[in-house]
Amino acid sequence: MMSRKVITVMKIRTIGRHARESIKSIGRNGWMTFASVSAVTVTLILVGVFFVIMMNLNRVAETIEEDVQIRVHIDVAANKQDQQALKSEIEKIPEVKSVKFSPKEQELKDLVQSLGEEGKAFKLFEQDNPLNDVFIVKTKKPTDTMKVAKQIEKDNFVAKVKYGQGKVEKLFKFIKASRNVGIVLIIGLFFTAIFLISNTIKITIIARRREIKIMRLVGATNNFIRWPFFLEGLWLGILGSILPIILIAIAYYRAYDYIGPKLQGTFIKVLPFDPFVYQVSGILILMGALIGVWGSVMSVRKFLKV
Amino acid sequence: MIELQEVYKKYPNGVTAVNGIDVRINQGEFVYVVGPSGAGKSTFIKMMYREEVPTSGTIMMNGVNLAKLKMKKVPLFRRNLGVVFQDFKLLPTLTVYENVAFALEVIEAQPKYIKKRVMEVLDLVNLKHKIKMLPSELSGGEQQRVSIARSIVNSPKVVIADEPTGNLDPDTSWEIMKIFEEINERGTTVVMATHNREIVNTLRHRVIAIEGGKIVRDEQKGDYGYEN
Repeated sequence: MMSRKVITVMKIRTIGRHARESIKSIGRNGWMTFASVSAVTVTLILVGVFFVIMMNLNRVAETIEEDVQIRVHIDVAANKQDQQALKSEIEKIPEVKSVKFSPKEQELKDLVQSLGEEGKAFKLFEQDNPLNDVFIVKTKKPTDTMKVAKQIEKDNFVAKVKYGQGKVEKLFKFIKASRNVGIVLIIGLFFTAIFLISNTIKITIIARRREIKIMRLVGATNNFIRWPFFLEGLWLGILGSILPIILIAIAYYRAYDYIGPKLQGTFIKVLPFDPFVYQVSGILILMGALIGVWGSVMSVRKFLKV
Repeated sequence: MIELQEVYKKYPNGVTAVNGIDVRINQGEFVYVVGPSGAGKSTFIKMMYREEVPTSGTIMMNGVNLAKLKMKKVPLFRRNLGVVFQDFKLLPTLTVYENVAFALEVIEAQPKYIKKRVMEVLDLVNLKHKIKMLPSELSGGEQQRVSIARSIVNSPKVVIADEPTGNLDPDTSWEIMKIFEEINERGTTVVMATHNREIVNTLRHRVIAIEGGKIVRDEQKGDYGYEN
């Protein structure tokens, strides 16, 4: 009697059965489905909104960081060859991304322009320009600015190195702190979401422990019992992520439309709708699915030991 | 064939429910298990379908020692056994047909075979006309018939019934007993725990009486022996 071979590989027909069963079950357990999906929806909206805000703040921080540059004032005594030597010296520093030469004539023009009306007074200096030629250096990582600046200071024919000393350090500190806070908040929210949702799913499954017990009694293997619940969790998670995705897409589209023009001309940039919203949507679906599956599998496990 | 040897069951709370049982039940027998409440009847029955595991001793069932059966093999064992309960234990969200078919889906039988076999057993219990109804739409007797149909759909050699008429009125109880008789006549062993004096005294079969976790009486064509 016990000689019947254990079926280890699931038949395709059985997979189909599990899929059908899991979808039917969503309909049958109407209110429980509603409760689980709502829990997923609410938490994913929270996570989604927060994530969108964090990512944009991060983007703003990045643009500010990118704006940081090192201005290397070249000693007036340096001739063309000395300048070339200094340039290649700077380029040799591994953290350096680009070195741009800006002649003193250009520097004066910029200065005059930035001062507006009053700047016209400086036009007199056009005959005898007191400014230095400048190398504008950008680093690969903005946070390397200080280190690179110090290194350049030691080179020959460097009159002055300017990168907004003091201010830049504070800015970087602030950005770093706010990023850390953001990461902590996102992780915290993520676990709260998992806890909330898996609890709701647990309640729906406890209501069905009788069902699981009966399955055991007629000889269903644990895998056979687990599969429909696994799939049901997956559907619940995906269903729960639909509304958050729609809401966030609409809200972001509107907000982008509103804020975008106002930011024109400033150095602050927010993430464009395409592809950012698609990426967020993908993340939300994935999170919903993961949380749904995890919640249901963890909850079923308890009842499989009959 | 079922054979219990020196079976003891002591629960973690210190209660000894089964206190040394030796018994042998041959293939095709019909056995009533009787005794007062709390005598160990229920534990005895539960050990037969491996809901409880004995503390010591062996329970051989069709060549399998249930005392040593691994958790993983339990589902496989239960497929060769039918169990009927006092409270029917039907899945409330499935129809009559689906409840019975479920026991075959679990063993991944061919869909064609499932259809044929489910209709066969539903015909046997006279419920062919109600296959699309939910358990909640049926009477107690009808629900028990569904549960019996489910228990025999796998053509098991043994059917265990734990007070199958406990929730039913006398007329319905007789209907249910008729079905068990028929199942037994086809060669299936039936082990039934019951409190129903009239049934035991009318449909005469072997009677095993359990008191204080021991078999105190075991007679062929015996009577109930207790005042209800």
